[in-house]
Amino acid sequence: MAPQTNLITSGVQTRGAAQRIKRFVFNNAPLLTTITIFVVAYFLAGRVYPAMQKPQVFFNLFINNGSLLIVSIGMTLVIITGGIDLSVGGVIALTSVASASLLQNGASPFVVMPLMLVMGIVFGLVLGLIIHFFKVQPFIVTLMGMYFARGLAYIISLSAIPIENSVYKSLALTPITIPIIPNAYVYIYAFVGPILLIAAIYLSFFTRFGRTIFAIGNNEQSARLMGLPAGRTKIAVYTFSGFCSALAGIVWSIALLSGYGQYAPTMELDAIAAVVIGGTMLTGGAGNVIGTAFGVLITGTIISILQFNGTLSSWWTRIVVGVLTLIFIGIQSFLYRRGKRS
Amino acid sequence: MKKKPILHRIRESRLFWPLVALGIIFAFDAIFEPGFFKIGILDCHLYGNLIDVINDGAPLMLVAIGMTMVIATGGIDLSVGAVIAISAALATVLINPALGNQLITNDILTKDATNTPLPIIVLVCLAAGTLCGLWNGWLVSRAKIQPMIATLVLMVAGRGIAQLITNGQIMTIYYTPYFVFGNGYILGLPVSVFIVAIVLVLVWIGARRTSLGLFVESVGINAKSTFYSGISDKNVKLLVYTLSGFCGGVAGLILSSYVHSTDANNIGLNYELDAILAVVLGGTLMSGGRFSLVASALGALVIWAFTISMYTIGVPSNALLAGKAALVLLVIVLYSDFTRRFMNRLFERKGSQHGATD
Repeated sequence: MAPQTNLITSGVQTRGAAQRIKRFVFNNAPLLTTITIFVVAYFLAGRVYPAMQKPQVFFNLFINNGSLLIVSIGMTLVIITGGIDLSVGGVIALTSVASASLLQNGASPFVVMPLMLVMGIVFGLVLGLIIHFFKVQPFIVTLMGMYFARGLAYIISLSAIPIENSVYKSLALTPITIPIIPNAYVYIYAFVGPILLIAAIYLSFFTRFGRTIFAIGNNEQSARLMGLPAGRTKIAVYTFSGFCSALAGIVWSIALLSGYGQYAPTMELDAIAAVVIGGTMLTGGAGNVIGTAFGVLITGTIISILQFNGTLSSWWTRIVVGVLTLIFIGIQSFLYRRGKRS
Repeated sequence: MKKKPILHRIRESRLFWPLVALGIIFAFDAIFEPGFFKIGILDCHLYGNLIDVINDGAPLMLVAIGMTMVIATGGIDLSVGAVIAISAALATVLINPALGNQLITNDILTKDATNTPLPIIVLVCLAAGTLCGLWNGWLVSRAKIQPMIATLVLMVAGRGIAQLITNGQIMTIYYTPYFVFGNGYILGLPVSVFIVAIVLVLVWIGARRTSLGLFVESVGINAKSTFYSGISDKNVKLLVYTLSGFCGGVAGLILSSYVHSTDANNIGLNYELDAILAVVLGGTLMSGGRFSLVASALGALVIWAFTISMYTIGVPSNALLAGKAALVLLVIVLYSDFTRRFMNRLFERKGSQHGATD
């Protein structure tokens, strides 16, 4: 939302603090709604299930949803350009199987991890190149990527491969205690998502590359006419998403200590839902990676609530996420129409 | 001189590329698996790989028919897989409402009987699909939400709803008359073929023998100008999404009857993607406009001919996904501007050479 916000606010004379706050609230309505929903949901859940008040439950959100957070960050940038990336779940599965298989055959983890990242980058790059040069819809191309990655994962191994490597095991099982809060810990891989988030915030709001992403999403043609490197940026965005997927795959294989072609079966859907709940417009041009992070946290909170309740079944997650997506789509289309009228 | 227009017409035909693809796949089979085309007679009905292609491809053909109309209006329906799951779940529950967590003896559970008459099961199944389609159509046409996002809601929530209906169990069907939709035969041919034919003919008549097809195409080309020329673009959109939901319902009926069970997590998985692929194979542009129902149905057959060919040469079903990726890549390359320009140049040069020699 930020570049648009700046354009709007600089164009109109701002009168007083009240007016400015009002405009800020209006312009960031989707993001603020997301944060409010997360806080309220978490607070209410804490009231209903006192066990959820433990700080560890909050840190578990980062431990359990690490891969989703990483993938969603890449997905946000893709969606801001007006595209979509359906290949993320496939790449996670492929990365987990490939790294498990390599480790089983005695490869060093310090070779495997960079190799997987390079594979993800190349994968995203190829998809981006096809999208740009053949002028095909991202939907079709990334669908092909999903099929290809999952098929390749099954070609490597039809069954799950365990990871016995000591480095992976120590990464997976060494808890790091949080300094101030007692009895709270996270695992090392839970830091990957937040660090990537900071990088993505910098990338999307404080670099020329980030501005170009927003410009492409608003109107690709005028972005190109303005002299922005539209094609190059689009390819870079898909490459970044491929990188994120491979990173998420590494985190996933560390967290589960195994590789399997069936892993992350609906990851692309969950990521898109998290992005939408985070207030990013699926039409492109407006969005926020911070919102996406809260979208992931909301999904995680819903799963936690279901776990603490114990009687509700897992499918309620999908229904609640669907309803939340609908609510946010409603808010977006309302704001969009209001913005168009004014 | 007469030859060129015919050649040109064949090449311009919607059915050209799907038929070429089908031809390539069958030629591949003829070389590597000569037994592929064998059709035998067993218990008064035909069997063989070709029959399997049609029978297994029937649900996808149905979904592709609905999807064609949606894509022709410039939209997309991502929810068909979930709609299949919902309608199949409903049908299964109606046959035997005994849920897995209740204490019931095994012979009641596996009895060849139903708690609801078959016609009502079919009606509910179709009605559920139609209602889902209506919901999508309402979101797109009245709430004015982008089609991809509007149908995403049901795609995410739909499988959850289906699991809610079956209470998370994989429900097995033991009621034999229900199997007729997926496994029955009339005049030696699978029943599903007749269902597809009926739906295809009805939709074709609706689209081509009335002006509805034109309305759909004009909405796909320019919704606003369609509205200004006095056609309710809203109702056209509502209609196509409802049709797509209905087709999903029929597909759910056939699929659950074919596998004798409903697994809400897996039934009709990835059907939306396959259906879109079938429509694109059939030459309908994703941006809307001109469409061909028969070409889309042929596209669905191409996908299943490919699948079954791979099965017969012994590719494991999971690894088949990589083959499908190759198929999509082929479609991307074939339909790209680059190839089109190349083909045009090729044919035009030939034409001018003929002109010169004449």
